[in-house]
Amino acid sequence: MNCLICHTPYNPTVSWRYLLTLKKVDCLCSKCRNALMRIDGEICDSCGRPFAGLEPLHRQGRLCTDCVRWQEDDEWKDVLTKNRSVYMYDEFMKEVVALWKFRGDYAIVQAFQEEFCHEFDRYFDHTFLIVPIPLSAERLYERGFNQAKALAELLALPIHELLHRHHLEKQSKKSRRERLRTENVFQLSEKTSLQDRHIVLIDDIYTTGTTLRHAAKVLLKAGAASVSSFTLARG
Amino acid sequence: MIDYRALGGLPKQPLHEHFSPSSSLLSFLAGKQLLLSELPFPFEVVHQHYEHGYIVYKPSIVQHENRYVCVRCGNEDPHLFASFPCARCGEACVYCRKCIKMGRASQCNPLVSSTQIPPSSPFSSSLCWQGTLSPAQQLASDAVCEAIRRDGHLLVWAVCGAGKTEVLFHGIELALSQGKRVCLAAPRTDVILELAPRLKHVFPSVDVVALYGGSEDRGKLASLTLSTTHQLLRYHQAFDVMIVDEVDAFPYSVDATLTHTVEQARKPISSLIYLTATPNETWQREVNIGKRHAVTIPARYHRHPLPVPVFEWCGNWKKLWKKKRLPANVINWIHLHLEQKKQAFLFVPHIDFLEQIVPLLKSFHPSIEGVHAEDPLRKEKVQQFRQGHIPLLVTTTILERGVTIPNIDVAVLGAEQAIFTESALVQIAGRVGRSAQYPNGDVRFFHYGKTQEMVAAKRQIERMNKEAAERGLLKTQ
Ligand SMILES: [Zn+2]
Ligand SMILES: [Zn+2]
Ligand SMILES: [Zn+2]
Ligand SMILES: [Zn+2]
Repeated sequence: MNCLICHTPYNPTVSWRYLLTLKKVDCLCSKCRNALMRIDGEICDSCGRPFAGLEPLHRQGRLCTDCVRWQEDDEWKDVLTKNRSVYMYDEFMKEVVALWKFRGDYAIVQAFQEEFCHEFDRYFDHTFLIVPIPLSAERLYERGFNQAKALAELLALPIHELLHRHHLEKQSKKSRRERLRTENVFQLSEKTSLQDRHIVLIDDIYTTGTTLRHAAKVLLKAGAASVSSFTLARG
Repeated sequence: MIDYRALGGLPKQPLHEHFSPSSSLLSFLAGKQLLLSELPFPFEVVHQHYEHGYIVYKPSIVQHENRYVCVRCGNEDPHLFASFPCARCGEACVYCRKCIKMGRASQCNPLVSSTQIPPSSPFSSSLCWQGTLSPAQQLASDAVCEAIRRDGHLLVWAVCGAGKTEVLFHGIELALSQGKRVCLAAPRTDVILELAPRLKHVFPSVDVVALYGGSEDRGKLASLTLSTTHQLLRYHQAFDVMIVDEVDAFPYSVDATLTHTVEQARKPISSLIYLTATPNETWQREVNIGKRHAVTIPARYHRHPLPVPVFEWCGNWKKLWKKKRLPANVINWIHLHLEQKKQAFLFVPHIDFLEQIVPLLKSFHPSIEGVHAEDPLRKEKVQQFRQGHIPLLVTTTILERGVTIPNIDVAVLGAEQAIFTESALVQIAGRVGRSAQYPNGDVRFFHYGKTQEMVAAKRQIERMNKEAAERGLLKTQ
């Protein structure tokens, strides 16, 4: 067998981690598997960032200072209930994501399946509405597939594509950064009642959390009881 | 709605002379074959050029008897195809995983090439080189010129250290004088980086481009093109002379891809010249029975014979290593070199083993280092070895071809391992005695059971020495 990521031949080992689920042959060689760093240990209650390796300066109790700042902003307070991520967005993960999402090697998503599902079950369950973060029509055409939807499909639960994203035009007086902060690119794609529903947004990477919060805002406005997020990696 | 999947099957259109094509599109596509998604032009513009006969479409993925084939890279391995729910064509779209780093070749992303032959201009006496060729090099150089003149095939079999680049100079000059486009392809970026300045230097008036991952010249077409075989994937019927260097550096599994790429990139009528220090078994046989036109340079430019490997049994070194010990004769060999202050390479079969033994060897001498192909400090370590700061360099791979250290010995530990093929062993032995000042040296294969490959490697070296002697190419001692 050849490794799904690095293509080198290897002897597949059966994963014993989840004895009760079906035993599956790993599609990655042990080198690549071990290079994917799963987030473990103490994390920020809100954004799921691991505290290990974080300067004490950037921590206040159970939260990281970024999250404290979100909570201090009246506009953004409690917009996102929590975020959880499976892997660290380190150099190796960046390479893998680049191959998968930008080069477009869709098949790589299989490599995340087991751990993505396992971590989802740890923090969420089937009562949550699963909403992948959409791409704009232009971006979707360019990439050919939406990586967030590909991840959501790993869960084998119903997916609700409730959001629509419009393209950020390049010409603008404001900087891209500024517009990202102020402009909401998301809209509700259909009129549905989200009353009392708990929602989990799915995306590939949590970097600053801005995109996810914009999406959450739209859903809260439509009546959702809470919006959390679950991402493949934490930047 | 455009049916992108159908584009690849559309027939070629006759050329409409009255249509005025976009010169930027035509020059972008000159000599190339690109995925539709790689063209920075609106689809309507591209398609107009198709309708008027200036470009053709080709499917990038085809099916042959239930097997998928990638038209761009030639991949046929079912494990290296996958499909995805495609937003562009709305279907499960099959794509090639093998060449994905060059953009995704999928069923709805056809290949586009131009029907127009890019013009080229001849150069008169473009070669500025004062050097002289040895008699063996001269023979090979003549054969290269002859192959170029009659658009033929040639294999140049030159031993390590024969000076094979110089053998190409006159042939390239001849081709350029006839307005031919020349491509020199090699598998590794290192080689391209090493050759580009040399060729620019001897052909100062010629437009030379170097293509490799991340190069600024990517996508350009010049009179003299140096390219990694990987970058060649984007070229289509572009070259009149195709020279492929270091054919031996390809793992045998890559052979099919290489042939495919080379055939696509060169013109149907063109010359094809392969350079190698160690042709594979099939090629050697074809040369011997006269089926493959070849010229050999059996002697080094300094006219000393090649050092012949010595086999030395070292017992079950793997088992011994479980007790964290190395075979006594290997240790002796290392100590001897440390005492005599003679630099040496020690080749080992695996990176894991390398990383395990280097700490132990460092207890013999703290400056001993290990290096492997993916080592981030590779360049620095090679540089330190070159400067004499590292007495023994443990390695898993043939380092850059340019790494010619004047006075070194080499040993292989575990020479019986499958990774040490005939060709790898000949290359390893070829590191020794490269300079005219120190033409001799020790080549030692420590093994736990002699293999066919070891024997074949030794025989190949001895045969070259014999041929060199018979042809009077060696210094008489
Ligand atoms: Zn791997
Ligand atoms: Zn946080
Ligand atoms: Zn391919
Ligand atoms: Zn498609």
